Amino acid sequence: MTDAPGIAFQILQSVFVVFAAPLLLGWANQCRAWLQNRSAPSILLPYYTLAKLFHKDAVIASNASPLFRITPYVLFGCMWLAAGIVPVLATDLPFAPAADIIALVGVFALARVFSALAAMDIGTSFGGLGARREMLIGFLAEPAMLMILFTAAFISGSTQLNTIVETLARREFAIYPSLAFAAVAFLMVLLAENARIPIDNPTTHLELTMVHEAMILEYSARHLALIEWAVAIKLFAYTTIGIALFVPWGIAAAGDWGALPLAFAALAAKLALAGAGLAFLETLLAKLRLFLAPEFLSTAFLLGVLGMLTHFLMQG
Amino acid sequence: MQAVSSPLSGSLIVAAAWVAIAALSLAPSGNAFFARKFAFPLGTLAGLALTAFGLQAIWLAPEQMTLPLGLPDLPFHLRLDPLAGYFLMLLGAVSAGVSIYAAGYFRDETAGRLALIALEYHLFLASMALVILADDAYLFMVAWETMALSSYFLVTTDHKLPAIRSAGFLYLLIAHLGAIAILLCFGVMSGGRGDYTFDALRAAELQPRWATAAFLLAFFGFGAKAGMIPLHAWLPEAHPAAPSPVSALMSGIMLKTAIYGMIRVIYDLIGNVRWEWGMVVLAIGAGTTLFGVLYALMQHDLKRLLAYHSVENIGIILLGFGMSMVFVGFGHPAAGALGLIAALYHTLNHAVFKALLFLGAGSILHATGLRNLNSMGGLIHKMPQTAFYFLVGALAISALPPLNGFVSEWLTFQTALQAPILKNGVVRSLLPLFAATLALAGALTAMCFVKVYGIAFLGRPRAAPTQVQTAQEIHDAGLMERFGMAWLAAGCFVLGLFPTSFLLMLNRVSVSLTRQGLPEAALESNWLWLVPIEPARASYSPIVFLIVIVCVTLLTFILVHRYYHGRVRFSEPWGCGYSEQTARTQDTADAFGQPIRHIFGPLYLMQRHMPAADDAAPRFSLKIHDRHWYWLYLPIARLTEYVSSKIALLQQGKISIYLLYSFLTLIALLIFVR
Repeated sequence: MTDAPGIAFQILQSVFVVFAAPLLLGWANQCRAWLQNRSAPSILLPYYTLAKLFHKDAVIASNASPLFRITPYVLFGCMWLAAGIVPVLATDLPFAPAADIIALVGVFALARVFSALAAMDIGTSFGGLGARREMLIGFLAEPAMLMILFTAAFISGSTQLNTIVETLARREFAIYPSLAFAAVAFLMVLLAENARIPIDNPTTHLELTMVHEAMILEYSARHLALIEWAVAIKLFAYTTIGIALFVPWGIAAAGDWGALPLAFAALAAKLALAGAGLAFLETLLAKLRLFLAPEFLSTAFLLGVLGMLTHFLMQG
Repeated sequence: MQAVSSPLSGSLIVAAAWVAIAALSLAPSGNAFFARKFAFPLGTLAGLALTAFGLQAIWLAPEQMTLPLGLPDLPFHLRLDPLAGYFLMLLGAVSAGVSIYAAGYFRDETAGRLALIALEYHLFLASMALVILADDAYLFMVAWETMALSSYFLVTTDHKLPAIRSAGFLYLLIAHLGAIAILLCFGVMSGGRGDYTFDALRAAELQPRWATAAFLLAFFGFGAKAGMIPLHAWLPEAHPAAPSPVSALMSGIMLKTAIYGMIRVIYDLIGNVRWEWGMVVLAIGAGTTLFGVLYALMQHDLKRLLAYHSVENIGIILLGFGMSMVFVGFGHPAAGALGLIAALYHTLNHAVFKALLFLGAGSILHATGLRNLNSMGGLIHKMPQTAFYFLVGALAISALPPLNGFVSEWLTFQTALQAPILKNGVVRSLLPLFAATLALAGALTAMCFVKVYGIAFLGRPRAAPTQVQTAQEIHDAGLMERFGMAWLAAGCFVLGLFPTSFLLMLNRVSVSLTRQGLPEAALESNWLWLVPIEPARASYSPIVFLIVIVCVTLLTFILVHRYYHGRVRFSEPWGCGYSEQTARTQDTADAFGQPIRHIFGPLYLMQRHMPAADDAAPRFSLKIHDRHWYWLYLPIARLTEYVSSKIALLQQGKISIYLLYSFLTLIALLIFVR
């Protein structure tokens, strides 16, 4: 749908995702504080942090290359692009056909490669360490992610996220056992890809365990703000991919203004649940040793494969 | 003879021009004047002309020609069809970039060496063109052997070093094993009729048994040249040994002539593809892919690492090709066409980005004298342009959108996702798993190139100044070299951003080969959207993708700088509370691969020396060996030596014994041949 309302929906969604993403992070942090019996910070804390960081002077290592300085913008751009592809509020967005789920995985991979390269740019020991670990988690998570997406693609006969959501959201209610496997696997991949417990801990700076934080140690001020923001958008995008694949009901079609309030309400409710669930999981679980990450993620991969085989068995 | 303007005669003229350049390079003149000034630029022009002829031939009907050369009654048959046209275009376009680079790269060679290099180099190019144009087994084998020999001499350019001589020997050995298999394959296909033109081989109806034998011979014969496991052993030895432009040619183009031969023989000459063959190709392809990338991650010699990645990419091509055979074998030619297109697309993509990466490695070698990643670092500051081109190549090989590697892997995934149309339940569930192998390999490649780029170009220089060439300051690549790299980097962008035009081209190749192309819906889509089957199933638009990502990134940049400020302070990197942060605290290439060694440990044969706690001079060393050597190559070598030592008993060195042999042979002949 490339007419005016379609484009309006596209812009609305992209802007909405970018500005709403830190809210999800703030909400998850708030829930976690409650669960851990701490007094919770404001839900708007991520915004305050971003504003604070933007106003600071950037400090850059004297031997930084241009790659180091453009990476935050590239990361932010990649995540913004992802936010434009995923059907968050509406299906049939004009920009959606530009990339399917495989290309979406490609966008996340592009962002990962750039952040790993930037981490190695200064030549500190932590940067290389973080980059190495990040790529390790990446290559374990990517095949698992593709298996999950393939299961959904086989059900709907398409790799367009748009078509998948329309097939799944507008059908008679039916239970797909294959999707149940895929959902568990997806949750595991989501935790790993977004540097959450049990794979990584976003609140730690302990050198033995940190992954993502080790990569961005050299960043400050606006660069750091963009990276933090991109991380928030990534979490948001992953959560909405999960919603699109497994609980897509309530989504509007592009150009359908009447359905928009319902779509907003449904999305807000689902995200609130997802954020609370994330906080719950992070309270419940402990961080795994780095070399248990392969086991964690190969479990996710096997669940994805099982989901796919289940689909073939049920069909065949 | 047809009109001079036809693509076939044009391609022949290009091949002849390359031969002429080769001959002229030998002309005795002071300081190899011709070879130094004109050989490589002229070779570049010939390559560009060949690209045009190849492109033209894709859209024309097949064209044949007979040349009265060769043995009496065995003239050379030539044929140019869309498949050959596609590979000629690959040869022309990639060799153009490599040749212009070589014009700069070889400028400091001594006269004698330069003349020889120019001779072998252009003969190599001409023989590859003839391999693609050949239309009978005789010319094919002649060209194939010329290609093997000329590249052997190029590999052993530095023949004074024993390691390079043995690398060359290994290459020659495996090349000939492959050649024997190919020769036998042609023999099987001709079925004793003695007519070796491809027309006759195409017309021959083979029994299924013999067809399978011919398939296996062709697959392993060409596979030896392509570098698939277990016949890959020559590749990581020969590529680092050769000068960098030669490595680029070998990895970028020569391996692809093997893919060409495979497709030509299996799809065109044998025909009637069976799905079981496809499964064999898939199994070997998946093994090759994983093996290649896992061993690449262990390397710290840049060129050896790139060679292992060639092994991996051949595996990816085989995955697409195998899927195509499975679909065709089960009677789904449209899906088969998509697989073939994916394989052919990756063939071209790999040629472009791998040549680019080898050229980048050559520039590093020229500038620093280093091939060992563990001594590099911070080259982006000294060689910014090379760093940019290398980054393009690294992103392309890592299959990241919107560059070219992603497109062909995406097409391979789309082929695998057609699996539900298959009736056979086992094959249907196996295809997505092969796709998962591809996904794993893609992500591992990304890791490997983060390692290469991060360690060579980023960070701080690791080597002590004495280790690096101090005579001249490290400099960026010269003008010609940058030209060659820019041409190939532009290729990465064009192939990545305009996939639809190449899809139409490949569709034409597929139609001419299997009489089946993509569905109508796929071909009706416009140039902006890549649609392999129909728009609702899958689509991808790299242009929109790139435009959006660039606009969004720029918008962010402008907004941040407009509404906040662009103030920057420079300072030392944060030392994490430690006062000593030297270049030696950075990651090394070996350290970067450590998690992989940990996870995939059983796959490697490791020799590790760990420092003890009380070592006076602590030292860590690690050697990774290829297991194939121990279970395959060395046993065969020992067996060969044993058998030949027994046969050597015949050789007594006394004339009377030899006369006795002749006498016995005569008696035997008289008895058996009456």
